[in-house]
Amino acid sequence: MFNDQDLAVMDSIISRYPRKRSAIMPLLHYVQSRAGYVTNEGIELISQKLEIESAEVTAVSTFYTQYLKHPAGEYHVGVCINTLCAVMGGDAIWESVSEHLGIGNHEVTADGKVSLERIECNAACDYAPVVMANWEFYDNMTPQKTKDLVDGARNGNPPAPTRGPNKLPTFKENSRVLAGLDDGLSNEGVSAGEASLLGLKLAKEGK
Amino acid sequence: MLKPVLSANWDEKDSFTIDGYKRHGGYEAAKKALAMDADAVIQLVKDSGLRGRGGAGFPTGMKWGFIPQNDGKEHYLVVNADESEPGTCKDMPLLMANPHVLIEGMIIASYAIRAKHAFVYLRGEVAHVARRVNAAIADAYKAGFLGKNIFGTGVDLELTLHIGAGAYICGEETALLDSLEGFRGQPRLRPPFPAIAGLYARPTVVNNVESIASVPAIVANGADWYQQFGTEKSKGMTLYSLSGHVTNPGQFEAPLGITLRQLLDMSGGIRAGHKLKFWTPGGSSTPMFTDEHLDVPLDYEGVGAAGSMLGTKALQIFDETTCVVRAVLRWVEFYKHESCGKCTPCREGTWWLVQSMKDMETGKATEADLDKLLDLCDNIMGRSFCALADGAVSPVASSIKYFRDEYIAHITNKGCPFDPVASTLFAGELA
Repeated sequence: MFNDQDLAVMDSIISRYPRKRSAIMPLLHYVQSRAGYVTNEGIELISQKLEIESAEVTAVSTFYTQYLKHPAGEYHVGVCINTLCAVMGGDAIWESVSEHLGIGNHEVTADGKVSLERIECNAACDYAPVVMANWEFYDNMTPQKTKDLVDGARNGNPPAPTRGPNKLPTFKENSRVLAGLDDGLSNEGVSAGEASLLGLKLAKEGK
Repeated sequence: MLKPVLSANWDEKDSFTIDGYKRHGGYEAAKKALAMDADAVIQLVKDSGLRGRGGAGFPTGMKWGFIPQNDGKEHYLVVNADESEPGTCKDMPLLMANPHVLIEGMIIASYAIRAKHAFVYLRGEVAHVARRVNAAIADAYKAGFLGKNIFGTGVDLELTLHIGAGAYICGEETALLDSLEGFRGQPRLRPPFPAIAGLYARPTVVNNVESIASVPAIVANGADWYQQFGTEKSKGMTLYSLSGHVTNPGQFEAPLGITLRQLLDMSGGIRAGHKLKFWTPGGSSTPMFTDEHLDVPLDYEGVGAAGSMLGTKALQIFDETTCVVRAVLRWVEFYKHESCGKCTPCREGTWWLVQSMKDMETGKATEADLDKLLDLCDNIMGRSFCALADGAVSPVASSIKYFRDEYIAHITNKGCPFDPVASTLFAGELA
């Protein structure tokens, strides 16, 4: 599946680092951007590129939860079930969306459109309950809004992230971003959400 | 009472662009620093009193001063942007709204410690933050602020964005370094400390995003200016993150030493009709507080004296509808999930904590089990490779200290007496 262009991109990723083994993580993200998960072919290729055993690449790949052993859906949806989000509604969101789609943790809908994951704290607690889709922020979610998100995704028309690009990229597209590659969308979306700006607003009111 | 510096321009539409940053004097501090002697820059940061904003509170300038000079080795700066401590949500909005302040801080810090290559280790679950940081780095290169001969001073600096892949443990600085070297992210035995043998076994400074982002304002305005904010040993301003059962959650940049009562008073308080039950001062790894602690000064010493840690200043607020046993069970499940497996007290201990807490929450436990749980905590605390397992113990031990009766109620009721729907934000919708 990997062509000459892929090899050139992988070389450019390796060149970012003083020692090439450091490139293993972005290379794994890059493999996911092509295959939708970490394939054996991808592991072999990385091991050749970095001149390490494929078992060492597998050892790294299996340590980190974002590297998937099975194909993600085109839209990979994570519901935060860490304490604060769970208490404020994350547990209810998870139950409702999981039942709605008829799939559980790390499972994919039959049409391959949506996969679900129970995720840990995603550093957006002032927007709880938080849902991520392809690692874009969906803030202040409810069970209904999450069902609308996955229904939109299955119809090929998901709502835009709250703080992110104007249109939700696919899992593979965003895996390129996580490999450190530019997709030209950095200027889209807000500078900061409402909660991020609350202290600044109050300071301007003299508090 | 508030003092926005890092967050001062976040409400501008182009705050994350190089033009938006330069409009407010951006990169002038870096030019000023690079015209100074490198040791003088370290001294300035020491004099400011800046302490690490990632949790430990170690003096930043002193950390820089530990790097051996004229040793003929490469030096590295690594910024810890792996923000993952439950409740912590300050560095991600900072990097989304103003990535250039971090880059400018990194230019200054790298110059001070004589590093020619610096890294940002960003958590992997935040695509849009990655985009913003990546674009900011590219723009800084184009402007001649990174790369060869920056600002025409003869100083070189390469800056690489490294994006993680979902592992809380990589926020621990030595696990972060292993991860950045291309290995599983597991902590290293210390000594040697990173200042002597860090990335690629070379002298390395690892600093939190907010610590490094605080440096440009210190260079621009001077150590005396910074010293006037905060308390005796906790200088400057910092980002407090308010979340949970409050009327208005959000980010508040204030001088160190502000209290939760002050923050709640100005922002609208606990959500209507409810009252404060428990809260964390600095993420889930810091022992919890209750309504007795509303007036504790939120600085390193004040929180420490009250029996907890300032941590990341992640103020997670829970009201009386929340079952503390359920909350703590979920946290220990997190630590079990994130334990890297390298050392036995953590790998096995967090597993047992989950078993024991599950029995508590579902009412299967006895009072003797409560003592066993505390005994388990004693056998984990201070016995593991890194601070992850200590963090797992904190919510358990502190919740038993303040809410023993609630644990007993689970035992006598043979189950959880709380309705989880009541603590959601959409109780009406679910009913």
